[in-house]
Order: sequence, then C-alpha cells, then structure tokens
Amino acid sequence: MSARRGDGRSRVRGAVVPEAEFRSYYGRPVIKQPAWTIEIPWYFATGGMAGASATLTLGARLAGNHRLARGAGTAAAAGIIAGLPLLVSDLGRPERFLYMLRVFKPTSPMSLGSWVVAGFGPAAAGAAAADRLGVTPRLARTAEVVAGLLGLPMATYTAVLLANTAVPVWHEAGRELPLVFAGSAAASAGAAAAILTPAAAAGPARRLAVAGAALELGGVAAMERRLGQLGEPYHQGAAGRYARLARVCTAAGALTLGLAGRRRPAALAGGLALLAGSAFERLAVFRAGFQSAADPRYVVGPQRERLRK
Amino acid sequence: MTTTPLPTPTFGGGYGGQPGPRMGFFTDTSICIGCKACEVACKEWNLVPEDGPLALTGDSYDNTGALGANTWRHVAFVEQQRQDQEGLRWLMSSDVCKHCSSAACLEVCPTGALFRTEFGTVVVQADVCNGCGYCVPACPFGVIERRQDDGRVFKCTLCYDRLKDGMQPACASACPTDSIQFGPLEELRERADGRLETLLEAGVGEARLYLRDETGGVGGAGAFFLLLDEPEAYGLPPDPVSTTRDLPRLWRSAAVAAGALAAAVAVALVGDRR
Repeated sequence: MSARRGDGRSRVRGAVVPEAEFRSYYGRPVIKQPAWTIEIPWYFATGGMAGASATLTLGARLAGNHRLARGAGTAAAAGIIAGLPLLVSDLGRPERFLYMLRVFKPTSPMSLGSWVVAGFGPAAAGAAAADRLGVTPRLARTAEVVAGLLGLPMATYTAVLLANTAVPVWHEAGRELPLVFAGSAAASAGAAAAILTPAAAAGPARRLAVAGAALELGGVAAMERRLGQLGEPYHQGAAGRYARLARVCTAAGALTLGLAGRRRPAALAGGLALLAGSAFERLAVFRAGFQSAADPRYVVGPQRERLRK
Repeated sequence: MTTTPLPTPTFGGGYGGQPGPRMGFFTDTSICIGCKACEVACKEWNLVPEDGPLALTGDSYDNTGALGANTWRHVAFVEQQRQDQEGLRWLMSSDVCKHCSSAACLEVCPTGALFRTEFGTVVVQADVCNGCGYCVPACPFGVIERRQDDGRVFKCTLCYDRLKDGMQPACASACPTDSIQFGPLEELRERADGRLETLLEAGVGEARLYLRDETGGVGGAGAFFLLLDEPEAYGLPPDPVSTTRDLPRLWRSAAVAAGALAAAVAVALVGDRR
C-alpha cells in the first residue's frame, strides 16, 4: 500500500504528504479548527434523516401507501423539530438566528441551506400535524410535496457545507462526502420509517434503509481511498473510534432490517442500529475535520506538493 | 503557478461615485526587529481584549502564538542555525489578516456580516454577526476566530475607522522601522518589487514576495509580504486557495447524491405490495 522512497516521502494513493521535508512554525496549525460544537453533527444526523424521510413520505403518498406516508412523515417532523434547536443553539449569538435570512448568498452553502431549512421545517412539521389531525388535506398534501422536494437538498447540503472549507479532510472529500451524507440520510430515514410503520406496509422503508446503508458504506470507502494520507484522521483518535462504530452499526443494522425486518423485534433492533450508525458516521466526519485542521502537515504537505509540479 | 484568479470583484460595487484606490499593507519582514509595537498599538486602538493570562509560549520571543479573535497582529520569531553559514539567523514577521482579493470568509458568511469596504478591505460587522462560525474553518490562513465570551467573530479591520479619517492603521503608524507599510496597493506592489530586486542583488537569494500577484488561489492579497524563507517556516500556507473556487464542483457532486437519493426512494417504492 505505501512504498517508502529514499527521500523520506511515503506515497499512497491519494494526496501525498511529504514527511522529511515538511516544515511548520513550531508544529502549530496553519488553519483554525472549526468553532462548531457537538450540536452540529447531531443536526446533520437528524436533519438528514428528516430530509430523506420527507422524500420517502412524498413517494409513499404517490404510491398510495398511506401507512408508510404517515410513519415517514412523523419521522420527518420529529427530525426537524429535534434538529433545528440544535442548529440555533450552536450559534455564538443564538438570539440572532433569524439573521441567517438577511441575505441569499449562492457562494455560501450555509446561506442556501438556511433558506432550505426555513422552507422545509414548516412544510414537514405542518404536513405531519395536518395529516394526524385530519385537517386541511389539500394544504397538507402541498406541504408534503414541498417537504419532499426540499428533502433532497436537506440531506446533501451539509456535506457541501463541510467540504467548502479549508479543512483538508473535508475539502478533498468533496466528491464523496455528499454521497456519504445522502446514504446516511436514506439509511436513517428508512430505519425510522420501518420503526414507525407496521411491518406489512414498511417494505419500501426497509429497502431504502438497506440501499442507504450500502451507499453510505460504499461512499466512505471511496472517500478514504481518494483521501489517501489525508484520511488518516478516520483511523485515529475520536474520529477513528466513531468511524469504526459507524461501520459496525450500519452493517449490522442493514443486515438485521433487511433479512428479518418483517418481525417487530428485528425491525426495532435493526432500525435503531442503523440510526446509531448514521449518527456515528456524522460524528466521525465532524471529529476528523478537527483532527485534520490541527496538524499543519495536512495543509502544508499537499500545497507544497502542488507547487512542485 | 496554480490557478486562475476567481472573478470576485475586489471592491467598488455599491459605493456611490468613484471608489478610491485599493489600500493595503506591504510587510517587509527583512527589516522587522521584533519589537511588537504593532501588536500593542493594534490592541490599544481597537480595544482588543487580552487573550488570557500573560504566558510564555517558549517559541522564541513569540508571545501571541497565532492570529485570533484577540490577536490581530502576531509577530512570529524563528531562530535558524544554518549549516552553510556562521551563527544564527532570525526570521521575524508581523502576521496579519491578508484581506484577500478572493476572501473565503466573506464568501461563506451567511448573514452578510463580512463585507468588502470602499478601501478593498474585508471587515466583519459586529452588529450583524450571529457567530455561526462558518468563516473560521473557511479561512486558508487561520486568521478569523470566534471570541469565547462574546460569541461573534473578530479580526483585523485594517483600522477601518482610521482609514475613514484619512489616517494610517495603528500598526503601520507604530512600526519604528517601516516594516509595515500602508498605502495604495499598486504603489506598495511597485515598492515591494524594487525592494525584492535590491535584496536579490545583495545576495539574499531566499527573499520572495508572498501574495503580491493576483494569480494564485486567493487572487493576491491586500496585505502581502516579503519573506526570507518558505511561507510554511512562518506558519503560512505555501499555496492558499479560497475554497469557493471548488464550490461549483461540490454542488455538482451534491446534485448527483440528491439524484441517487431520489432514485433510491423511487426504486424502493416500485412494486410495493401492501
């Protein structure tokens, strides 16, 4: 996998981080670690689950599977109701959260994402509430369509947000990270719907969960292959632990739900494992960014290599 | 070298009439004496809080460590024992926000708090910033930071208030050797070119200008430097890039992922036997 050359560089597939020639200022980081706290990866998990659940809700409704639409719709509402306060509380000035809507800025994934959330939140929560209360059916269906469509950016924009930074492990994973997040969202949405829906109607949820898990695991593998040495944080420290947990829980959950999900205990166990796996994956990606930013090697190495060419 | 400059306008949009010339810093580290008058002057003028109890870093005479929310001028010290020469060489440099032509912090700010002034500088409006912190990991130089007990982000303003009154920034006024030079950017670039030539002719072969040209990943900077060694020796990135350059590609990848999600939902529902 890695061949040591005489000049002290080890070359693995992906970015090359020269070792012997690497220089830094007293080993200090070049870029700053993010200011974000633990609420953010939990928002990624709940918001992503909510987004994919809303898309599943819309699909189920169009297919005439109203029991699944009810279950997935509940998951979508629960996800965004849990996720939005997390987003607000991470702000340095939470009372100014509405300032996110001062501008509409295409160069900022956080600006675009804020507008998506502003539309998705009321739509998903409103659709679920109206559906349960049995009121305003036409409005509820419209809200379902809006939430279902906005669910697609909801599940993917956070990956662009992370990749659109100077953090090497995030920026260089720009191609695969959206797939990882979309897969994670699909897996968790399918899992949640499978828990909240009677087994007979939950077949599509189980299938979505398994497909999402495959996409998530495949995306992570492709991402780590492309990152090469930049992906070291996924095998070290807290990020490494979360990544391992994510892999185990997601694989076990998908197998359980996929093979035995018609029975209630297996649906519950498999679903919860998938939800845990999805959360662990977001935590792994989050912590990897901090580890990547802290070591000047990951910033200086590839840049110096680029200049040599 | 690396990439074409981004088409971000440096300044002028929205300012009625003729905007003035772009202003900036040329920091000539070859004449820095490491006195830190710039650090003190900046803190005094801008009422920047202290970073914590006075402590020794142990990294030569560096006592601020890095730029941050409470350090807008940071003097770096590197003591180099050279094999080919006698004795010690000191590298001393006053680091500052680069006020990039393509400023990633500005481009990712979702509230519009970070904006481009009529002087071409990048300033954060403290009454708008809600502390989302997106600018912090976006900056390729690790300049901007969230202030702990405050929640908002802070960085060098290039003494916006002093510029509006026709004065020089505090650090440039305080610098006793004119290592920190302030003025119209075009003039500073010419001066820097001349200084570089002088040094090269005098045999200082490692002298180089950093962020002077408008090529490169941030399109050059409003605060550029003359360095006597590689940028990474000073803690600076050798080839910084504003992340926005890659944003279109990132959105394309997200579109593919969204398509995959939609397809997965559709396929899961096909042939659904209830």
